[in-house]
Amino acid sequence: MTRTEFWQGNTACAEGALAAGCRFFGGYPITPSTEVAEHMAVKLPKRNGVFIQMEDEIAGIASVIGASWTGARAMTATSGPGFSLMMENIGYAAMTETPCVIVNVQRGGPSTGQPTMGAQGDMMQCRFGSHGDYSVIALCPASVQEMYDLTAKAFNLADKYRVPVFLMADEIVGHMREKIIIPDSIMNVPRRELIKGVLPFKPDNDLVPGFPQFGKGYGVHVTGLTHDERGYPCATNPKLHETLVMRLVEKIESARHGIADYDILNPGAEQVFIAYGAPVRTVQQLMHDHPDKNIGFLRLRTVWPFAEQALNKFKNVRRFLVPEMNLGQIAREIERHVKVPVMPLPKLGGDLHTPAELFAALEAQS
Amino acid sequence: MSFEDWYRQDRLPHIFCAGCGNGTIINCTLAAVDQMAWKKEETVFVSGIGCSSRAPGYILTDSLHTTHGRAIAFATGVKLANPDLNVVVFTGDGDLAAIGGNHFIHGCRRNIDITVICMNNQIYGMTGGQGSPTTPLGCLSTTTPYGCAETPFDLCELAIAAGANYVSRWTSYHVKELEKAVHAGLQTPGFSFIEALVQCPTAFGRRNKFKQVSDQVDYLRTHTMLKAKRERMIEQGERIPLDMFVVGELVRRNRPVMGGKP
Amino acid sequence: MRHEVRFSGFGGQGIILSAVILGRAAVMHDNKFAVQTQVYGPEARGGASMSAVIIDDAPILYPKVANPDIYVIMSQEGFEKYGAGADEKAVMLVDSTLVFSRPKCRCIEIPATREAKQTLGRDIVANIVMLGALVASTHVVSEAALEKAILDSVPKGTEALNQKAMKKGIELAAGG
Repeated sequence: MTRTEFWQGNTACAEGALAAGCRFFGGYPITPSTEVAEHMAVKLPKRNGVFIQMEDEIAGIASVIGASWTGARAMTATSGPGFSLMMENIGYAAMTETPCVIVNVQRGGPSTGQPTMGAQGDMMQCRFGSHGDYSVIALCPASVQEMYDLTAKAFNLADKYRVPVFLMADEIVGHMREKIIIPDSIMNVPRRELIKGVLPFKPDNDLVPGFPQFGKGYGVHVTGLTHDERGYPCATNPKLHETLVMRLVEKIESARHGIADYDILNPGAEQVFIAYGAPVRTVQQLMHDHPDKNIGFLRLRTVWPFAEQALNKFKNVRRFLVPEMNLGQIAREIERHVKVPVMPLPKLGGDLHTPAELFAALEAQS
Repeated sequence: MSFEDWYRQDRLPHIFCAGCGNGTIINCTLAAVDQMAWKKEETVFVSGIGCSSRAPGYILTDSLHTTHGRAIAFATGVKLANPDLNVVVFTGDGDLAAIGGNHFIHGCRRNIDITVICMNNQIYGMTGGQGSPTTPLGCLSTTTPYGCAETPFDLCELAIAAGANYVSRWTSYHVKELEKAVHAGLQTPGFSFIEALVQCPTAFGRRNKFKQVSDQVDYLRTHTMLKAKRERMIEQGERIPLDMFVVGELVRRNRPVMGGKP
Repeated sequence: MRHEVRFSGFGGQGIILSAVILGRAAVMHDNKFAVQTQVYGPEARGGASMSAVIIDDAPILYPKVANPDIYVIMSQEGFEKYGAGADEKAVMLVDSTLVFSRPKCRCIEIPATREAKQTLGRDIVANIVMLGALVASTHVVSEAALEKAILDSVPKGTEALNQKAMKKGIELAAGG
């Protein structure tokens, strides 16, 4: 039996994590993500889980990574300034292939910016924010329902690919309350264990190694240094470093079709909107108010790895229009993959694009 | 079993310089761990970045060699998520007291049930000899070329003030005492902090008039004073030389513990 | 039919809670759709607080209130900031104890704070009086749904008081 609730997005995020079996939350309060932590603080201790408020966001993500190595599904939640602080340890999670879920309820930046207003300014930071080359997975919810569904999904992806997975929400979906249908159960796919006797960082066919959980007798050494398949540091061998980094990237990029999650509306259209997160709702309203086969929509739930294959589904497209609450971060990514013009529709300040604004953009000649 | 059974033999030789004091501290720690009769699969070593932080890589258990300064934060996650594990942190003066100072005091405040061993060589060894928060006044390093002008931290006083349940200080000269102190730390529930002053012939000794390794070890021996003696001298109104390190068990108490075994 | 309801007053009056209760009534007890949003400022008390609810029979796409057709205004500052620009076709309920201005649109005056204090003995339930009046005069949700949502949301031990406050609001709206 499903049940209906009227929840805030951040509550739905925490509940989605709990439904996914999240057992550890380590974080630090920051607007507009704090309700996620508060909800976990109430619920986790009652479910044999651990909530800890750490001394800063650096420690928050560090504790999450430590917890993950004991086999626990672990998460943190933050916003811009805290996200910036987490960057070094996010790179550590990528290098050590530590499954973890990082929620960023985005607010206006740079710096302290607009703590209580929505934005999507961290989309490139989540992809490239830590030093060095690596790949991650990022999901973008556009409703309270998706705050729940995509958070739960993020845990499965993190465990499957042994990678940090980001829920890149925004203040608008994080703070609004709306109707949500809670399923009676969700499918949890557990981490694949390392087979005893196999080297701990030797990848399987999918380029992902089995997981040698702490406390199970693997005796695994985990280091952020470049390491060989035994997990031993070997930081001066150029070939070894290249092989490792290429695998960290390839295990995600080669799976992009499987990870991709998007909807296509009107594939024959000449003008096509592409959106993720809160601006999805404006495009949906526009398409509802102006039904027209010539207006297409690519609605992304996975933003990283970028589902470039979806762009080819629009055979007649003359122009892509990309409303984002930033200065065109994903528009630029789209531009890399297509030959037709890409029109960024940036909106800063915290307000969501209005349907009228998008309609005007549609009418304007490129 | 002996401490040697805990070493990851296929990782040897290690990267420490000839004459480095870190090996002594690791041996003492492993000897104490061995006396606890802990199982390898129930023990986790965690470290940050620096010479001392390489130690877990030479030990057979599960180990987490993390980012600079953050070992205690990572260890907190490990211990809270699985309190059955015995968690030991290796760190150094720069890792613990500069970049990681905040995590250090909060680990003590929470009194999280881990043991932290700090190899204090009073210098950044791995990066080639820069001043650290424990470099003594007047000492030379590549970033204090005219003598260190900053007053150093007393790491043990910091741990005591912040609430750790067990605190002691020894040096690489005091092998037996150190081993006993680590053992006591491992036995004490809550945050245990053991500071071990170590010689660093390559980055510290060479620049600070210790021509031989033994010169610096000798200095450590002659510049330490037992806690009891220091207290007696204070009682008798005698002056304590400023360059003396107090050694011994400085605190053992029973504040509420976080993450203790169920 | 999409209704956009905007609540405003000062921090501490329960403006946000009013909006949450209304949205909850629509979703949980009237089987409708609703989205509740609010303006967050750094102050926890005082200031002009604002919250909005969209109620519809169909799923709600654009989640922001653009042009409210219903207003509930509980402070003079709230009126000036969030009520003065109301469309002429809108309807506005004002707490006539605290709001002195009147809009160009249809206005329903509810002395909510006075009644809450004098008749019910607790001015804290003025917002519930306003909710009762709102539902009685606009029927955006059913009275039964509102009552259930109020009982879901208020602190234990205050149920009877809040029920009385709701009934008072319904009464005042009928009389006005």
